[in-house]
Amino acid sequence: MNEGPRTGPAGSNSLRNGPDARGRFGGFGGRFVAETLMPLVLDLERAYEEARHDPVFRFEMDYHLKHYVGRPSPLWHAARLSRALGGARVYFKRDELNHTGAHKINNCVGQILLARRMGKTRIIAETGAGQHGVAAATVSALFGLPCTVYMGTTDVERQKPNVFRMKLLGAEVSPVSAGAGTLKDAMNEALRDWVANVRDTYYLIGTVAGPHPYPMMVRDFQSVIGEEAKAQIREAEGRLPDVAVACIGGGSNAMGLFHPFLDDPEVRLIGVEAAGKGLDTGRNAASLSRGRPGVLHGNRTYLLQDDEGQIIEAHSISAGLDYPGVGPEHSWLHDLNRVEYVAATDEEALAAFQLCTRTEGIIPALEPAHALAHVAKIAPAMAADKIILMNLCGRGDKDIFTVAEHLGVTL
Amino acid sequence: MSRIAQRFASLRRAGRGALIPFLEAFDPDAATSAMLFRGLPAAGADLIEIGVPFTDPMADGPIIQAAGRRALRAGATLRGTLGMVRDFRAADRDTPVILMGYLNPILSYGPEPFARDAAAAGVDGLIVVDLPAEESDLLVPHANANGLDIIRLVAPTTDDARLPKVLQGSSGFVYYVSITGITGTRSASLSELAANVPRIRRLTDLPIAVGFGVKTPAQAAEVVSVADAAVVASSLIATLAAALDAGGRPLPGLVARVLADVRALAEGVRGARRAA
Repeated sequence: MNEGPRTGPAGSNSLRNGPDARGRFGGFGGRFVAETLMPLVLDLERAYEEARHDPVFRFEMDYHLKHYVGRPSPLWHAARLSRALGGARVYFKRDELNHTGAHKINNCVGQILLARRMGKTRIIAETGAGQHGVAAATVSALFGLPCTVYMGTTDVERQKPNVFRMKLLGAEVSPVSAGAGTLKDAMNEALRDWVANVRDTYYLIGTVAGPHPYPMMVRDFQSVIGEEAKAQIREAEGRLPDVAVACIGGGSNAMGLFHPFLDDPEVRLIGVEAAGKGLDTGRNAASLSRGRPGVLHGNRTYLLQDDEGQIIEAHSISAGLDYPGVGPEHSWLHDLNRVEYVAATDEEALAAFQLCTRTEGIIPALEPAHALAHVAKIAPAMAADKIILMNLCGRGDKDIFTVAEHLGVTL
Repeated sequence: MSRIAQRFASLRRAGRGALIPFLEAFDPDAATSAMLFRGLPAAGADLIEIGVPFTDPMADGPIIQAAGRRALRAGATLRGTLGMVRDFRAADRDTPVILMGYLNPILSYGPEPFARDAAAAGVDGLIVVDLPAEESDLLVPHANANGLDIIRLVAPTTDDARLPKVLQGSSGFVYYVSITGITGTRSASLSELAANVPRIRRLTDLPIAVGFGVKTPAQAAEVVSVADAAVVASSLIATLAAALDAGGRPLPGLVARVLADVRALAEGVRGARRAA
């Protein structure tokens, strides 16, 4: 085992060198898993280290990202929206145009190539909104591997189109009724499956959480978002944005957008959590705003928990943000104050959803609608020469039933 | 000598293996749970494992998950569990008590005050499922300072190269998770155990307990023919769950039924032939 510091892409003062050899971002992260899984997690770390230095792996990644996913995704100047808000120029990084309609596929391509390299023959995944489940089912179909997706029963109900998509793609969708039947419970059940099927099964985690190396690996696979956006905004505007904004559930799209900008102090980074019914109602998913550090799902991070260390059920209108934890690198960036973490309510997200649809002709997922809700708060107070870059990380077709219900429309 | 070491030493002199029943604290309620623990030694428990309820028990199957939910509904907390141990200890000075659970409630309590309060309450050892050797510096110094044993899990996936790392810093006994899987599901065969237990034995003098999938008196007897102790959890909790009414309240005879199971398991263990 390499116990020395992991050398990153930048200098020693860089914020981009994490995690350390123990998988820690400061005091966050780590490998808090049962002994049965520990050897697998260490194996995965070794396999990923080899793969990421292998030009063949890099080539396969790039090939699939370009020809299968459709990268690079465009950078769109949302001019009508910007005018409607009055103030800063807003750009969308359009990861909703990826194959399968969200950023999740970036990570799935990377991990399925790794799973094949490791000789694994079965894929499992957890999903909340179903976007990661669909992406995992998609790459499993592409490579002919059987796939089981764990999904909470509440989410199965509110994300029916994605459940059917997964089934069409040949995946088995396994509903999880424990707890509130959301993403946390799905992740518990996926971990239980993994522990029972250690030899042949690859656990394809969809966000920057879980035991090391997942937070690092998923971030690396999602960083293509920020790298492209950085080059594209330079081309469009000749400079970096003033603000970059992304929504946060587990935080993979945000980590992917933020990571390439971490060493650019002139770029303000803002992560938007789900405030649900309100930050002080106890009905939200804002683990950084309202949680405290603890250990769940293999890593130490901010969690929604009670005074006894029992995990509190999250709530958000958006299934993809409905998680009581957050990736450990976000917890670290929060404590360092490098990224600002704010929150948007269900109502604000619904309003932003409609604003985006009507001004730009883009139906966003409810997840990035939270990011847009915050953009709508800050853009009007910014000068017209300021630039906001927002990750439009998923499209909203899956959410039209939820939105219709909230608008009192029967479909 | 710790209470755990003393108990295994006296069992060795008696030439038999140990029965370690596991029940979740506060399942189905505080009073019934306390009665169960109080009755375990006389029913033949040599050591006792008390599960600390957690909302997200990732290594547990449906039976123990349900036990945890009942316990949390009944108001279970880590502090309350320590209180239960203190009451047990007032009446029984000899039977070792091991707490088994997940890390977050301990972190929330604070590892240092927890180790101190646990030792003061009469806890002898800790099994923290999601605290592998790599992360255990978080708890081990506090456990050591308070005389608590840290009992590590060894799994079928723990290969010979890794085993010394896991055993380093283990004390009390070693808990061999006999299957790759969650609690209360499949069972290991005797031949699997006969292959794996000696593999651990070669590298440690600590007693070896086997758990996960040990359900019947016959299985428990098989386990102690190759190992030093058998841990039985889900099958006892299934008996408990079958003695609840539709609202989750205990039916008359619940305690007697669970303790009868323990007695049968103890007979199995005591009648087992020990490997030379």
